[in-house]
Amino acid sequence: MSHLFSIPGVSGRAWKVWHRNLVVFVRTWHVNFFPPLVEALLYLFAIGLGIGSYIKEIDGIPYVNFIAPAILAIAVMNSAFFECTYGSYVRMYYQKSFDAMIATPLSIEDVIAGELLWGATRSVIYVIIMLPVLAVFGVISLPAALLAVPLAFLGGLMFAGIAMCFTAVTPGIDTLNYPSFLFITPMALFSGTFFPLTLLPVSLQYFALAILPLTHLVAIMRMFTLPAFSLTILLHFAWIMAATGIFCIVAINLMRKRLIV
Amino acid sequence: MTAIIEAQGLRKNFGELVAVDGISFSVKKGEVFGFLGPNGAGKTTTMKMIACVSPRTSGMLSVFGVDPDIHPAEIKQRLGVVPQETNLDPDFTCFGNLITYSGYFDIPTDSAQKRSDELLEFVQLQEKRNVEVEKLSGGMKRRLILARALVNNPDLLILDEPTIGLDPQARHLIWEKLKTLQAQGNTIVLTTHYLDEAARLCNRLVIMDKGKILVEGAPADLVKQYVGEEIVEVEKSAEILSCLAAHNIPHEVTGDTVQIATGSSREIAKILLDSCQPKKMLTRLATLEDVFLKLTGRTLRD
Repeated sequence: MSHLFSIPGVSGRAWKVWHRNLVVFVRTWHVNFFPPLVEALLYLFAIGLGIGSYIKEIDGIPYVNFIAPAILAIAVMNSAFFECTYGSYVRMYYQKSFDAMIATPLSIEDVIAGELLWGATRSVIYVIIMLPVLAVFGVISLPAALLAVPLAFLGGLMFAGIAMCFTAVTPGIDTLNYPSFLFITPMALFSGTFFPLTLLPVSLQYFALAILPLTHLVAIMRMFTLPAFSLTILLHFAWIMAATGIFCIVAINLMRKRLIV
Repeated sequence: MTAIIEAQGLRKNFGELVAVDGISFSVKKGEVFGFLGPNGAGKTTTMKMIACVSPRTSGMLSVFGVDPDIHPAEIKQRLGVVPQETNLDPDFTCFGNLITYSGYFDIPTDSAQKRSDELLEFVQLQEKRNVEVEKLSGGMKRRLILARALVNNPDLLILDEPTIGLDPQARHLIWEKLKTLQAQGNTIVLTTHYLDEAARLCNRLVIMDKGKILVEGAPADLVKQYVGEEIVEVEKSAEILSCLAAHNIPHEVTGDTVQIATGSSREIAKILLDSCQPKKMLTRLATLEDVFLKLTGRTLRD
């Protein structure tokens, strides 16, 4: 039987599941298109212009430019995470879609991989809608900021994998609130998003770098949008890629354990 | 005839619970094969093992001559499955459901569209083509699921309680469609609680209880073998019972009636009328239901 860390056999059919979700997304585009647009504007006005009028600069960077990459990174996290927790749970448990899919040549590994790829794609779509808004306000600099798009896929895949692990073990849809409030919300605040990580006590800085995935995503995103590259980008990428691989593999194996009895 | 499904000592445990306890059967090409049994008999578990979505604990199982554990995708490519639970995709219309499902089988869009329209017509849902599945009645949903199971032109159709919860009209329509499919040479495996459904549709069937197969055969043969041809029912009273005992007539008491299985109801009826003075009496043909209750008992399950 498959082990928690054994490499699952995913086939190209995973894209069928991805495609199904894309079709539904496009069918309901009017409800999917505006949240990212509105969210970008809300953050810019409330935090950027509100708080930003007191804090002009952080480390010599205009405050709004400092938080713009955080807005993108948080959007990447939220869209993939909520898609692969509540969204996937509804499809798995209430709609029984996964049962219907595995009665076809699709395997459960294909189905979960497709869901993960879709979660990452949601992040990409979110970022693609937000980028022009941020560019219009001049808080990111093109063309380097376009690198946020491929980065959104990688970061989205990481958070999709984390989310799917929770979905695989949650007893019901209500208990998915715990990771949302105890993990996602604090991370959105303490990962070097709205203030630099260096303001935290040193022990917490290490904690954030070691444990909080968003820290690394924000750091890379900031290098892309300012732009201000440094070699530490390699460490951040290494961390994200390792976490993405581990969480996605564990998520598929946990889901298999839950659904194939 | 070639066997489409072959099982030897097939077994499935869920922890301590033995759901399927070493059953053997074989389903031939072109036949309708039924699994009957009370709740918890292991019917659905057996269906899931055949449909490659639940790995067996032990024993031999082959579908189309290959092992579901090793070649699930190849087998599933040729299967049509009607599950017990309605799991249509609520995010799509009727047509959208069939098209999306066709995609999972790698059916090219052109032929998928053509086939989906044919199937909607087959299950008489063409008027609901562009309606969201949420708005369909229970019977329409079951018909759409049957259509969905046919998108890939399956060689084997697996139906788990295909007519559960349907009104008589909808049940008859499903039966008619299944008969048509069989006439076209499809092999069909189904589970059901409805014994008239099994008697009507199945060429052969097994009755399962507690994970084991109790009997196997053609419906009519089973009735003849285990019950007889006809049943005479009279009310239960002390006089009747002593009268039956006096005439040495074997009988079975169920609730407030006495049932006498016989090869000739006329003879039994004559004896009863002549010497037992029954208040109510009826004679009828023996059915699969009599076999079922005789073999699995009358105790409530679940």
